[in-house]
Amino acid sequence: MSDQGTWVDQALREHEEHAQEEHAGSARPGGTSDREQQVLDRIDRARRRRPKVREERITMSHGAGGKATRTLVEAVFLDAFSNALLDPLEDAAQLHLNGGRVALTTDSYVVSPLFFPGGDIGDLAVNGTVNDLAVSGATPLYLSAGFILEEGFPVTQLQEIVASMQAAAQVAGVQVVTGDTKVVQRGKADGCYINTAGVGVVEHDMSLGVANARPGDAVIVSGPIGDHGVTIMLARGELDIEADITSDTAALNGLIADLLAATSGVRALRDATRGGVATILNEVATAADVGVLVNEDAIPVRTVVRGASELLGIDPMYVACEGRMVVVVDGGEADKALAALRSHPLGADAAIIGQITADPKGMVLLNTAFGGSRIVDLLVGDPLPRIC
Amino acid sequence: MRFVDEFRSADKARALAAKIAGLCEPGRQYKLMEVCGGHTHTIYKHGLEDYLPESVTLIHGPGCPVCVIPMGRVDDAIALASQPDTIMTSFGDMMRVPGSQGSFFDAKAQGTDIRMVYSPLDSLKIARQNPDKRVVFMAIGFETTTPSTAMTVLRAAAMKLDNFSVFCNHVTIIPAMKAILDSPDLRLDGFIGPGHVSTVIGCRPYEFVARDYGKPVVVAGFEPLDILQSIYMLMLQLSEGRCEVENQYTRVVPWDGNLAALNAINQVMELRPYFEWRGLGFISHSAMRVRPEFAAFDAELLFEVPGVRVADPKACQCGEVLKGVLKPWECKVFGTACTPETPIGTCMVSPEGACAAYYNFGRMNRRRKVEVTIS
Repeated sequence: MSDQGTWVDQALREHEEHAQEEHAGSARPGGTSDREQQVLDRIDRARRRRPKVREERITMSHGAGGKATRTLVEAVFLDAFSNALLDPLEDAAQLHLNGGRVALTTDSYVVSPLFFPGGDIGDLAVNGTVNDLAVSGATPLYLSAGFILEEGFPVTQLQEIVASMQAAAQVAGVQVVTGDTKVVQRGKADGCYINTAGVGVVEHDMSLGVANARPGDAVIVSGPIGDHGVTIMLARGELDIEADITSDTAALNGLIADLLAATSGVRALRDATRGGVATILNEVATAADVGVLVNEDAIPVRTVVRGASELLGIDPMYVACEGRMVVVVDGGEADKALAALRSHPLGADAAIIGQITADPKGMVLLNTAFGGSRIVDLLVGDPLPRIC
Repeated sequence: MRFVDEFRSADKARALAAKIAGLCEPGRQYKLMEVCGGHTHTIYKHGLEDYLPESVTLIHGPGCPVCVIPMGRVDDAIALASQPDTIMTSFGDMMRVPGSQGSFFDAKAQGTDIRMVYSPLDSLKIARQNPDKRVVFMAIGFETTTPSTAMTVLRAAAMKLDNFSVFCNHVTIIPAMKAILDSPDLRLDGFIGPGHVSTVIGCRPYEFVARDYGKPVVVAGFEPLDILQSIYMLMLQLSEGRCEVENQYTRVVPWDGNLAALNAINQVMELRPYFEWRGLGFISHSAMRVRPEFAAFDAELLFEVPGVRVADPKACQCGEVLKGVLKPWECKVFGTACTPETPIGTCMVSPEGACAAYYNFGRMNRRRKVEVTIS
């Protein structure tokens, strides 16, 4: 039987089963709602079902940070590892060790090209892991570094990467305290992959998490979005577009410390990496079962990023950043939070882009600059693989 | 940003919307079809329907290049790509289109060398860099992309490349529009004409729509204000009892089209007697093939292509959606069995497909819209 035949048949069978169940129950919510609304409700129920990986093999979409990644994580990894610490699927796990709160995270880096304007895989590997700790509310302290190197990789390049890791670690105030090296045959990897894990301590009693968002909260981004993704895309040289733009890779722990010192109203922080700001907003909507309403006009995007995105038919809201975060904060504290962000160099262009609403639950709505409205969904895959 | 923001002004949109509302006759329903998938995408991406009165409905047409490729052709392409020492190149839009044995992405995951290109000319670069491989370009699209495929073949001939060929799936828009006009299921009041196709073929080919079928056509650009203005122009024709072909997209579309591009197509390609469209069935003289003079670049002649017709899954109602008979959400499997993640039909695949546009952007009840403003 063919791959596709299998999953199409399976999807159709499940569709029939659910249709029959719903018919048998026959408790139509609302009763008089129109036909389109019934379809929308049906889709909403379908989306809340346990995800299944239908493909027989891993495709690039599974690594893109969108729907396919979420399905893979929930259906394969969560299915096997499920526990109270993992299940919230936050950027870092919060552990209670010896009475203290500790955050633990890990991330792998496969960016191509290894060197790009504004950074390289080395500082990316430090900043990314530092940020995953910092957005969980922890003070990042120690990192591990695992290298997978391809036979034939120039030692000078490795030295360059390691030097920029060390420089980034110093800026972020962390130390690389343990590591590992593996070499694979030529052709079995693409130059250099890096894995870093990080631990930090949580020194306050705030609890941050996307599930905390509630109606009336404000949504802030800490600066112009999409710089990193567009930089990488242009650095690959496949598009014959030249533009004056550099990656935004940066450690956000300083900015976050200032923010948390200024207000206790912060509910959630997320760094907007793969899948961009749109993906984070969807995570908020799903985890907290709230609506997120965003004004397109209010989202800071550099003209270069907008222009490149227009040319390529992609939406900056899905383009990765490596030094930007989304902040969900109590609506009454929004101005205080914004002021704190703006007084730090990495948050100078921070902006309130929207708010949390009670409805429609689990969805992100956008008021377009044109004056219309639409939803913002998770992407299935990503037009730009291997961005970090 | 220049050349973009001017065409997305909310103030101008409000003014146009008021004029459109003023042209609606009480009690009359207006059904306008945007033929082109690019328009469908713009309409949903910018939330343009919010500006339309309830009596004006936009019907999404068949002009989505990826959506009309039948499963059998996807299977043929994967069969071509799976031959030894072969690299297939294709536009990114094709990668997720389901064939009966899976999509290009699935084939790629199993080791087939399928690469995304932004221009067919990139395929020539790949062919030159890989002289020991044969490079097959999966050519798709309406008249918008046909000239670039023709130019690529001409360039390959000039370069005397012997490892490059085209798997030609180019289709033409006029027979599809005719099929829709002849369809008894649908009553339309007018057409928003495809802008990019018309940069190549011009506006004249649509004259039969006004003359023989009595439906006005306005060729439109791709920014939201372009589309809103075209709707206004159609409504004005309807209210004044006129029925003409008009050109809203004058900044790009010449009335007589692009002669150089048309010549390139004619030099390299000819009409097929018939071609299968996904959901619409066989339509005569609706697609292009490579002329015998360029047989050396025609993958269908060079290699074995299974050429098996594959029926769509029974539950899939893409044909009805492509013809505008069904709205995306009216399809039985929309959003439950068929989603962008696991698309059963092509309309759910391409960003220009009506189902994908509705699922990704429009999946909200506009009448129940939450009225919230951000201070």
